[in-house]
Parts: sequence; structure tokens; C-alpha cells
Amino acid sequence: MVHDLGSVLEHMDRLAEIDTEGVAPMAQVLYDAGETATLRPDTERAPLGNESALANAPLAGTGYFKVPKVIER
Amino acid sequence: MTGELLSHSIDSVRDGLLRKRFSAVEFVRKALETAERENPKTNAYLMFSHERALAAAERVDEKIAAGEDPGPLGGVPVAVKDVILTKGVRTTCASKLLAGYIPPYDATAVERIEAAGGVIIGKTNCDEFAMGSSNENSAFGPVRNPVAPDRVPGGSSGGSAAVVAQGTAVVSLGSDTGGSIRQPASFCGITGVTPTYGRVSRYGLVAFASSLDHIGPLARTVKDAATVLEVIAGRDPLDSTSAEAPVPNFAAHMNGDVRGMKLGVPVEYMKHATGETAELINKAIDSLRQLGCEVREISLPATDYAVATYYIIATAEASSNLARYDGVRYTFRSQNSDTLSAMYQNTRDEGFGAEVKRRIMLGTYVLSHGYYDAYYLKAQKVRALIARDFTDAFRTVDAVIAPVSPFPAFRLGEKIDDPMEMYLSDIYTITGSLAGIPCMSIPCGNTSEGLPVGLQILCDHFDELKMFRLASAFERR
Repeated sequence: MVHDLGSVLEHMDRLAEIDTEGVAPMAQVLYDAGETATLRPDTERAPLGNESALANAPLAGTGYFKVPKVIER
Repeated sequence: MTGELLSHSIDSVRDGLLRKRFSAVEFVRKALETAERENPKTNAYLMFSHERALAAAERVDEKIAAGEDPGPLGGVPVAVKDVILTKGVRTTCASKLLAGYIPPYDATAVERIEAAGGVIIGKTNCDEFAMGSSNENSAFGPVRNPVAPDRVPGGSSGGSAAVVAQGTAVVSLGSDTGGSIRQPASFCGITGVTPTYGRVSRYGLVAFASSLDHIGPLARTVKDAATVLEVIAGRDPLDSTSAEAPVPNFAAHMNGDVRGMKLGVPVEYMKHATGETAELINKAIDSLRQLGCEVREISLPATDYAVATYYIIATAEASSNLARYDGVRYTFRSQNSDTLSAMYQNTRDEGFGAEVKRRIMLGTYVLSHGYYDAYYLKAQKVRALIARDFTDAFRTVDAVIAPVSPFPAFRLGEKIDDPMEMYLSDIYTITGSLAGIPCMSIPCGNTSEGLPVGLQILCDHFDELKMFRLASAFERR
């Protein structure tokens, strides 16, 4: 694993070669769209519901996800 | 009655239903039987959804009986990659960690397939969490290429490509983050489409790298792929990155003339392509010239940095997205832990496979304090340069033509021990993914060993219609 990660990072180091002076970082694919294009109408929608939200939990009880004890005495 | 599924297209299923040569229920039963019987040869399906499939088929039959239209995908058996949620039907992401996960809701793409009359018959194998280029990273065993069983089907949507090539589904859905639809399509000799980023809602697609993830169709013909894309495309209020752009009727408008279309072949791509792959791509370029296209050389200078850029951004986003698998909400929890932090750690250690762990570690590393600027931020800037290369190219050409992969399907086990070599095989597909442009793979011939090779077509944002027009002309050549 260490060897594999090393060879991948070595390959990634080549990015240092390319000049990116003055280039704005691209965090998302952008195309022409209005400023509010990503917004949706604020309409009511039935939520998932407690039971189905918990259905895949490895351990649940009284409507909550259960985890090992967090607070030590 | 139905003949082999392999000979069917969306149109032929529709025709058979409307002429009452078979009912949707009969057809789907036969499809499930065939798929189950043939599956041991490829391991392409992880799960069959009998109940859901037959219920959907019954609805199609009821519609036909009532004289209504069965929908554009009426009665068509569709396979869905196991990273796309299907309510009530187990969805594992080919991971031990989600081996028992039953989604409480449907992905929008799945909902739209069924609303259009499509019948989801099963879930397909893939690389774990869609991370891989060979389908060898599945917790449930690799998929064999139906064309050459000692070889990989490609990845990560290897199962979705194999079922279409094998004839155990008519069409399928895959997901593509860096080539995971196009590369398996090319390895299995079928058509695979990665639409424009934002064209198809990702609601219900298990997130790998959110700025790069796409859902797209795999099919045996361009027309079938275009029909499926039209069904699943379009704005979805549940995915804020889905675009408002109007969805054209692709299949009805893709048979136009391509005479005079300007095509660019990037010099940076052809220099890596070797042997028969290069020969077949050059032959395809000749055919496109004969169709009246003007082919010219172009340059996409940032290409050499694409693999590094992609594996920084994709792993960074993955390390964040996969943090949710902590043993609390998603089915699997290590039994060997008494404290919360030990539970987190052991759950991930026992649940994730080697490639997923590798990517999470790379992702956290490139995002960590002191390395963020040199890796993650730098990669985002180079990504902008890669996208700019395409913007510049599309000022002078209508489409970019390239190989999909430097080589055809390789042997099982051949590259799995060298992750860097596996990553480098994604060189031609990740550039389109980083730019967010529509791209597709279409078969362009077989090597002397009979291994399929795919031709890649890349167009500008939301220009799928042009891409399909070119692909369709090439298919009819």
C-alpha cells in the first residue's frame, strides 16, 4: 500500500511543471445559466420518515441510531 | 416466442408488444430466465428484481390493453448499475460495507425509466463504489468480458456493459466519473454515453466524486442509447446541479447529414495509442472523411496532466463523500469495537476493499494542511486549463474524435497489482469528464484477436444531438 501510494503521489507531483499563474480554480462544471438556476421552488414534500430512515441502521432503538458509549465515566 | 434478447432493440420490443406477438409479462419473464441462466458466465448481475420487474411489466400490459401508449421504453428490460438506488431492491455498490443495504427511495433516473414503461430486471456488478477500470475491485467477484471470458469487461460499469453485450438486457444504466461508461462500452463492443454534466439528475446515485459523477446509458445501438438518455435527462428539483436545459428529441433528429462537419483529432491522444487500436481509430477517421466530414489535427496541450489532476480531485471528493460509511447509518458495523472511534475505524477497515481505502487515503492526503495548495488547489487550476482546451477546440471544430482506451480489454489480473498503471489507462476518458462535456464510445472494429475497440466522440456542453448525429452516421457507414 505504501509503495502504491508513493508511486501515485510521485505521478501527481508532475503538476508542479505546468504554469497556472492567474488561472481561477475550477471547483464545478460551469455553463451559462442564471444565478438562480440551482434553486428549486420551496414546495412541501413528504420526508422519508423515521422508520425508513432507520431501517438500514446496524443498531437502532426508540427512534434513534445507537452507537457505542461515547462518554466515559 | 420472443427470440433471444440479443436481437432486440427498444423499437423491436415496442413493435412486438403493439402487434401482440408477446405480452410485456411474457417478454420480461423470458428476459429474467435468460439473464439468470447466462449470468454465471460473466457474473455481471449481482441481483435480480423479479417482483418489481413483473409489476412494471403488468402495468405496461394494462396500458396496452386499455389502448394507451406503453411509453418510450414500454416493456424494455433495463439493468441498473448497483451504485444507483432502487427502492426495496438491494443496492450494494459492490461493497461488503453495503452488502445488506435496501434503499428507502428510488434514484430519479430509475423513477424516470419506470415512468417511461421500462422494466428494471436487475442490478449490475461494478468496481466497489465505482472505483476502478476493470471491474476487478468488486467485493462480489470480477465480471468476465462476454466477448473474451479471460479478459476484463472494463470498469467501473463492467456489469452494465457486459449484460448489454451478452444480451441479458436490452439497455442498461451506468455511472461515469472518469470513463466508467465509455471504457467498458469500448471493451465489450457496445455504445456508452456520458452526457453533459448536469444533463441527468444524480439524485439517488451513490456519490463518489460529486463534481465529476454522471449517470448515462449503455446500449447496442446509438438510437437505443439516445432514447434512454432522453427519458432520464432533464431538470430535477432534487439535484441542484441538474440543468434546466431543454432536452431535444434525440432519436427523431439524429439521422441528419454530417457532410461538412468539422472534426478535430488531438495529437496528444494519438501519440499514446498503440498497435491495432491506433490502426482502427485511423480507419474510423477515414470512414468519417468518406462521410464528408472535414478532419483536422488539433492540440489539447494540458492532456499530459489529466491523470494527475483527475486522481487528485476524484480522490479528494471521494474521501469526503465516503465519510458517511461510519458504521452508524448504513447496515454494516464492525462487531469488534467497544468505543465509538474504534467502531468507525474497524468498520471502514473491515468494510472497504483495498482500492477504496487507497483512494480515501490519497484524498485525505491531498486535502490535508500543507499539501492542499500543491495538490488539490493546483489540480483545480489545471482542471480549468483542461476545460479551456476543449472550449478553444470547439471554436474551430464541431466534435473531437479520439480513442477511448490506449488498448483493448486486458486479461483478468494483468494490471490489478499496479494501481498507477491502471490509472494511466484512463488517459483519454478523464479529460472529457473533467471538462463536463458530453462524450461517448461507439464500436469501430475488432483487433485480430477479436477484441472490440471503441471510438470516442466528444462535443461541447449540451451538444448531445450533434454527437448522436455523428455517431449514428458512423454506425450506418
